Parts: sequence; C-alpha cells; structure tokens
Amino acid sequence: MAIDIATRVGTGGARRGKRAVRLSGRDRVTIGVMAGVPLLVVGGLIWFPTIASVVLSFTNWDGIGGVTTAHWVGTENYRQIATIYPPFWPAVKHNLIWLGFLAFVATPFGLLLAYQLDKRIRGSRVYQSIFFMPVVLSFAIIGFIWQLIYSPTQGLINNLFSDPSHGPVTDWLGNPKLNLWAVLVAVCWRHAGYIMILYLAGLKALDPSLREAAAIDGAGEWHAFRTVVFPALRPINIVIIVVTVIEALRAFDIVYIINRGRNGLELLSVLVTNNIIGEASRIGYGSAIAVILIVISIIPIVVFVWSNFSEKQA
Amino acid sequence: MTSATVTAGAARTARRALRLPRVGLHAFLVATAIVWLAPVAWAVFTSFRPYADTAKYGYVSVPHTLSLVNYRNAWTQGEIPKHFLNSMIITLPAIALILLFAASVAFVVARFSFWFNVPLLIFFMAANLLPQQVIITPLYEMYLRIPLPNWLSDTGLAYDSFIGLIAINVAFQTGFCTFVLSNYMKTIPSSLGEAARVDGASVFRQFWGIILPLCRPALAALATLEFTWIYNDFLWAVVLMSSGDKRPITSSLTNLQGVFFTDNNLIAAASVLVALPTLIVFAALQRQFISGLTLGAQKG
Repeated sequence: MAIDIATRVGTGGARRGKRAVRLSGRDRVTIGVMAGVPLLVVGGLIWFPTIASVVLSFTNWDGIGGVTTAHWVGTENYRQIATIYPPFWPAVKHNLIWLGFLAFVATPFGLLLAYQLDKRIRGSRVYQSIFFMPVVLSFAIIGFIWQLIYSPTQGLINNLFSDPSHGPVTDWLGNPKLNLWAVLVAVCWRHAGYIMILYLAGLKALDPSLREAAAIDGAGEWHAFRTVVFPALRPINIVIIVVTVIEALRAFDIVYIINRGRNGLELLSVLVTNNIIGEASRIGYGSAIAVILIVISIIPIVVFVWSNFSEKQA
Repeated sequence: MTSATVTAGAARTARRALRLPRVGLHAFLVATAIVWLAPVAWAVFTSFRPYADTAKYGYVSVPHTLSLVNYRNAWTQGEIPKHFLNSMIITLPAIALILLFAASVAFVVARFSFWFNVPLLIFFMAANLLPQQVIITPLYEMYLRIPLPNWLSDTGLAYDSFIGLIAINVAFQTGFCTFVLSNYMKTIPSSLGEAARVDGASVFRQFWGIILPLCRPALAALATLEFTWIYNDFLWAVVLMSSGDKRPITSSLTNLQGVFFTDNNLIAAASVLVALPTLIVFAALQRQFISGLTLGAQKG
C-alpha cells in the first residue's frame, strides 16, 4: 500500500497544487487521523443533531421510548406554534427588538468608541480596557450584576433617583413593558465593547493615507468617515453584521437568569430550552423553533463563509 | 491624527483647532468610562457591606461597617469551591483538546493542497456559528441514550457527566480555533516544512516539531479566549447536567439564586467571586485575549 501510493505519487512528478507532496502510507494515515477525529466529533455532536432537529420538527416524537415511536405529522408542529402556542409571537418580537437594538444602538456605539479611541489620544489603552472589561463576563453574571442595579427596593437606580421606602417603585425587571429594554441596556454594556475591539483592529489595518486624503480635501470629519473610512471597513463590517445577528439569536443566559425568560422576556432560545427541561416538553415544538433559528442563522453564516473564501481567491 | 504628515504650519493650526473638540472628546470618554465601571464598582461596594449596614442606612449611603462576611457566606452557602473545581475539571481538558483538534485540522488545511480543504474548513467554521439552541433538543436526547463506562461517568450516561460537557464544548469551539489557526499557519513560509520533508521528517514530525511550536502566540491567545468562553458557558451545563452539585460555577448561579433569595449583598459577593477568574485572566493576558478575538475577525 505504502509503496503503491509512493510510486504513483512519485511517477506523477510535480502534481497540481502548491507543491509536489510525496506522502507515504504512514503520512496518509497521520493526515487521516488529524482531520478525521475532529471531523467525527464535530459531525457527531454538531451536524448530526442539526439534521436531527430538522427531521424531528416534522414528527410528533415525545422523547419517551425509541425514535421509532415517532410519527410523521408534516408541518403540524409549525402550524401549532404559529397558532396555538402563546409565547411564540412575543418571542419572535423580542428577538427582533433584540436584533434591532444591537444593530442600531449597541453596534454603532461600539463603532463610535472605536473611532474615537483610534485617534491618538492620551489614555487610549486605559479607556479600551475599561470598555472591553464587560466582554470577559458571562451573560449569566451580567444578569446577576445588573439585578443589583435594577432591584426595585435595593437597587442602585431606584435608591439614587427616588426613595424606595416611600411610594411606588419602578420594577425595572418585573414590569413586562420595561424589562426587555432594561435587559438590552445591560446587553449593550457588553456588546459595545466587543464591537469596539473588532473595529479598532479594522481601523488600525486601514491605510492612514486614506483619511489624510479625505482631510486634505477639506471634508468634514463626519463626511470623511461616511464616504472614506466606513466603506473601507467593508471586510470588518461583514464580520460585525454576522456577530450581531448571531448574538441576537443566541441571547439566552441573561433572561434565563433574571426570570427564566417569562413575563416580557420570552425569546426563541428560551422556548427551545423550555421544551426540553421546562414544564412542558414537546420535542416537536422545540425542534420546529430550532429549525426557524437555523433558517435565520444560515443567512449570516453563508454571507460570512462566502465573503471569507471569495475574497481569499481574489 | 493626521497632523504628522501635513506641513508643520498646517499642523500647528490643525492642532489648535483640535484642542477644543479634544476636551469634549475626553469628557465624553470619561463619562462613558464611569458608566461602564459603575455596575462592577457597585457590585464590589455592595459586597463589602453587611446586610444590617445597608438595611439601616440604605444602599446608597456611606457605609458604617465593611466586612468580608458576605464573601464568607457566599463561599460556604453557595459551595463555591466545589463549583470552581467543577469548572476547572471541564475547562482545562476541553481547552487542551480544542487546541489539539483545531491545530491538527488547521495543519492539514493550511500546509497541504487537498481538494477538500475549503469544504473541510467550512464544515468546522459553520459549526461554531450556529446558535446553540439549534442542536440542544436532539443533543439532550442523545446524551440520555449514550452509555459511558462508570469510570467515565457516575450516571453511566453522557448526560449529567463531566465528559459529556467537555465533549460538547470541544465540538462547539473547535471551529473557531481551526479558523484562526489555519489563517495563522498559512503565514508560516512553506519552505520550513519543505526543508524538513527533504530531511525525511514524517508529517507528524513536521506538525509537532516545526509548525506547532511556531504557533505558540496564536495558541496562547486562543487558550486565553477559550478559558473565558468555556468558564462562562451557561446553556450546555444547564441543559445537559441535572445534578446541581456537579454543575460548573457559571451555571450554578441558578442554584445560588434559590439559596440567597433576595439578599442582594450576598448576590453581590457571589457575583464578584464568580467574575474574578475571568477578570484576572483578562487583566493578566489582555493582549492575548484581544489578539485572539481580532485574529478571528480577520481574513486569511
């Protein structure tokens, strides 16, 4: 076997590709193991369940007993979550608000911070560290920490701006009209720092002559940014869009810590989880919502993969 | 800013014109920095005040006593040492495996020109971009049905076992590290590998002896990043672990809520304790942390 491959490769001489690679049989096995073992792990624990989610979403399997007890029900699960599953539409709305808030408030704020800190100003590193610090905290801890701020009687905000021992207090996390926005402020606290670091790297990689040219043209700062700097950041912008969409779809920990994702904080991710470990476990519902998440997340994934590989060839 | 390259005279006027906006800019940055630090500062401040002190004087007040009593209570009542240990049992092996797997795949993709390089890389990268909830339902049912020998899992199942949590963290995070490392390895001149090949070094020797040591900066950056991410994991452990006392620290916060109820001073102390490891790692290895993130955002 080894000889066979060696001679075939050998007589082939300089083959297509970067360089002529002479691989012995043992080397082929090495490469097979190096790529194959991780392939099996990721295939078995990520891609197999992804496909299983799609399949299960069309069945009525209850999770008890073997999968063979499942029956095809077509799109029944989808019809039911859209019509008779009360938390579904609020969750969709909240995920959209979440995405909108990240895309139009938190991300632009991160870009603003990056742009300002990219100017050579005193203490830039200190500011960067401060703004980035929340990114190393988990969303679960962020939920804990912000509860100390929002708590109706013991919280910082109500104690700072009113006297909670007299009169009614604002229950920031308990009021379903307010709590989503209160949570989004905490989410912005983390997201903006993340975006800032990514944009700072993008800005540092820019050709400085770009901005100089714009400045000499007498363009105002905003104009120069809009017409010269921002378009030049296109590669990083794609990464930012992908990060923002995925973060909005993944959102889970913080609302789960605050109130298990109820009462104004429903999210699609929470509904999936509730159908596994929550009070009502319907495998079909959870899978159907998972498929909706797949369909949405495929867009940024394809955009990212495509932009990464198409520009590499160019 | 731009003044360095234009003529000296223009620079002087530019600088004078800049002075006023600069004051405004610093005011904006200082104000933002205060807002950014406030939540953590507030948690630290509250954590050092005994409950009686805040009950008597209010939360926004000058403290009359400061003590570590909340920390002592959080540490013992929340069984924090045990959950810290659980976190390490999961995080450290997971990091080692992720880096090994990712470096292996990255080596194959970056140092050889097989037809399957691009599909293989997409296979790994896209797996890391999926929202976790997409796979959690079938994964939960799988974990309930995968038998493990008792020396690996005391439940006899992948469900509710350390090995199960390590496995899913590895599977989920390998894609990101593969992407970063393959980009990194492509920057290593191919002549290095060729020289070794001429000397008759096997593929494994080229990987382990030559390429991997050169990747040390990238590996350090990724290890820092992965430590934080796996330590901070919440969902996998909440869904795939039923026993409260086996859960890693971040997901054990759900238990702490029940234990501490509405004692915000205790919650503050527990928050600080749980956040401390990631804050220390960030403070000590900030450069690695940020370079890992930005490496991931760049194109190869």
